Amino acid sequence: MHKTTRTLLAGLIASAFIATPALAQQKLKIGFISTFSGPQGAIGEDMKNSVELALDHLKRKVGGLDTEVIYGDDQVKPDVGTQVADEMLKKHQVNFVAGIIWSNVMLAVAPRVTAAGTFMIGTNAGPNQLAGEGCNEMFFTTSWQNDQTPEAMGKYMQDKGIQDVYLMAPNYAAGKDMLTGFKRYYKGRVVDEVYTRLGQTDYQAEISQLRSKSPKAVFVFYPGGMGVQFLKQYSEAGLRGQFPLYSVYTVDELSIPAVKHAALGQLETRYWSQDLKNDANVKFVGDYRKKYGGKTPSYYGAQSYDGILLIDSAVRGVKGNLADKKGMIAVMRKADFASTRGKFKYGQNHFPIENFYLLKTVAGATPTSDPVMEIQQTVFKDHKDAYGTACKMKW
Amino acid sequence: MNFVLIAEQTLNGLQLGVMLFLLAAGLTLVFGIMNMVNLAHGALYMVGAYLTTFFYQQTGSYLLAVVLGLASTLVVGIVTELVALRTLYERDHLDQVLATFGLILFFNELVAILWGRAAIFSTIPDYLTGHVEFGVFRYPLYRLMIIGVGLAVAVLLWFVVSRTRLGMLIRAGASNRAMVAALGVNIRLLYTVVFGFGAALAGLAGLLAGPIYSVQPGMGELILIQVFVVIVIGGIGSIRGAFAGALIVGMVDTMGRAFLKPVLSTVLSPTAADAAGPALASMLIYLLMAVVLTFRPAGLFPAVR
Repeated sequence: MHKTTRTLLAGLIASAFIATPALAQQKLKIGFISTFSGPQGAIGEDMKNSVELALDHLKRKVGGLDTEVIYGDDQVKPDVGTQVADEMLKKHQVNFVAGIIWSNVMLAVAPRVTAAGTFMIGTNAGPNQLAGEGCNEMFFTTSWQNDQTPEAMGKYMQDKGIQDVYLMAPNYAAGKDMLTGFKRYYKGRVVDEVYTRLGQTDYQAEISQLRSKSPKAVFVFYPGGMGVQFLKQYSEAGLRGQFPLYSVYTVDELSIPAVKHAALGQLETRYWSQDLKNDANVKFVGDYRKKYGGKTPSYYGAQSYDGILLIDSAVRGVKGNLADKKGMIAVMRKADFASTRGKFKYGQNHFPIENFYLLKTVAGATPTSDPVMEIQQTVFKDHKDAYGTACKMKW
Repeated sequence: MNFVLIAEQTLNGLQLGVMLFLLAAGLTLVFGIMNMVNLAHGALYMVGAYLTTFFYQQTGSYLLAVVLGLASTLVVGIVTELVALRTLYERDHLDQVLATFGLILFFNELVAILWGRAAIFSTIPDYLTGHVEFGVFRYPLYRLMIIGVGLAVAVLLWFVVSRTRLGMLIRAGASNRAMVAALGVNIRLLYTVVFGFGAALAGLAGLLAGPIYSVQPGMGELILIQVFVVIVIGGIGSIRGAFAGALIVGMVDTMGRAFLKPVLSTVLSPTAADAAGPALASMLIYLLMAVVLTFRPAGLFPAVR
């Protein structure tokens, strides 16, 4: 390389470094943690897409400030999640940490972030510990508390008078929470409760056991890839027509393209659906499809989009004064933004009090298009989680 | 627990075992003959599943897709061997583990770039759906086909290894590499052939698994751990051991998942059985491995050295 060119380049690089700190001060920095690699990376991708869409809608200025979003991959591991969060807090000095799919990662990361005086905006995981005694004024979530969704399914099946339900879930903390939540509202007869290995691929042995018990209905929780395999094998075994299948977090817009007809007729409960009719949601779903080649967003995406809008409302509320944390807490408690789920209120523990719907997977508009999930009825109106009463926060 | 259920679970165990065997056979061949730890074996399984699914979608013919899928996985295997693994034979196992772990990341990212991170749709052709009636119970046709294919491959492998010239070279290469090379056999070529062969077997497992499992990046790693348990129990480097190990692991895992909880609840309280059953069932194959290693450190059917 020519000598002057080299000097010029060196100068350029040096000046770039000098320029950074001056810019950084007027910038809003958000650290967004999700899973971007491995089998669960599809969820992270949907969340990131939705964050980017929210930034587009806000003209890349969250709360009117220049915004930088730093993405971090937790690889579904609490220790990696903490490392990523530490880097965001210390190196990037972020104002908000957001995201997080997994409850175990959230339990490791959230206390560190809030202890550092930084906001933690959860956009998926809702472990009960953070909703009860462990609630914190620096922690907000735009999703739900884990138990709420299965509670809605339990309520629906109870109201329907369905007896002899067979329960299945992977053998880990969230699996047990889901069945506990279900049984909080379902008081009928449970035929059996089966826990399978986390990450199990083959369910044929469990399916044979299930068939031998002849239940009236089956309730499962199989998130991510486990759901794809379970649904395929359930319908391949010919059980689809035999035992009605009810689920939570098993069928969603990410897994439907992989299972197609095997998901038809599936009933799920959820706080959000792509066909929810409100301006914010119509705009979110429509623009998402436009931007990402016709793909439909999932609830993971909707929550993440909401997360960015919540931050936007907070920063706007204090006129960009990021030091005014008390002010931002007060603003966020109002939940004053155009949420994709429609208007909602925050409970005292900063978890949403929201509606839960029954969704059914039905055939798509044309014979070649994928099945879609549509709202059938409202199961809960303004449903509060079961742990908030243990939260000592006053406001 | 009745006879019908036991019979059905036996078939389930057999089917899982056969699936594990297809993967274990390739892995154990490569390890036994080339002394090479190939963590990327699961990646080739994934490649087989993706390519067959892709060809099925493109051509609409399942048989054609199977042929193309197998052939292209073989090619991917051979190219991987030529490009990346050749230089590793002389290195120690830790280097091989490191390099093949890198290959896992490479292949996972590659399929994520080509097909996206979400699971893709894969299905069975209509003529393989449905059930076969066995009088008192019925069993999915596709799963029976897996059992059939697996057993046929086992017989074929036995024939190739013990009755053909190639098999003779493979056995010779396993017991004394230097001597085989000194006798004028192109050992490099032999390695490439063996590796390609192993890759095709992994691809076969992948294409069979595709329609019933989830075809997604990282699908290989979910099953690879069980495959390692199989070859450790069976004896590293031995096809016979892989077969026995796979059937034992498939059977023990299936029976554990199906019957451990009901059996435990006859001796323990229901709540204790509820907690211990699933926990123990998922540990069962590892416990089995520990027991086998205690009494037969080289596995049940160690390769003759």
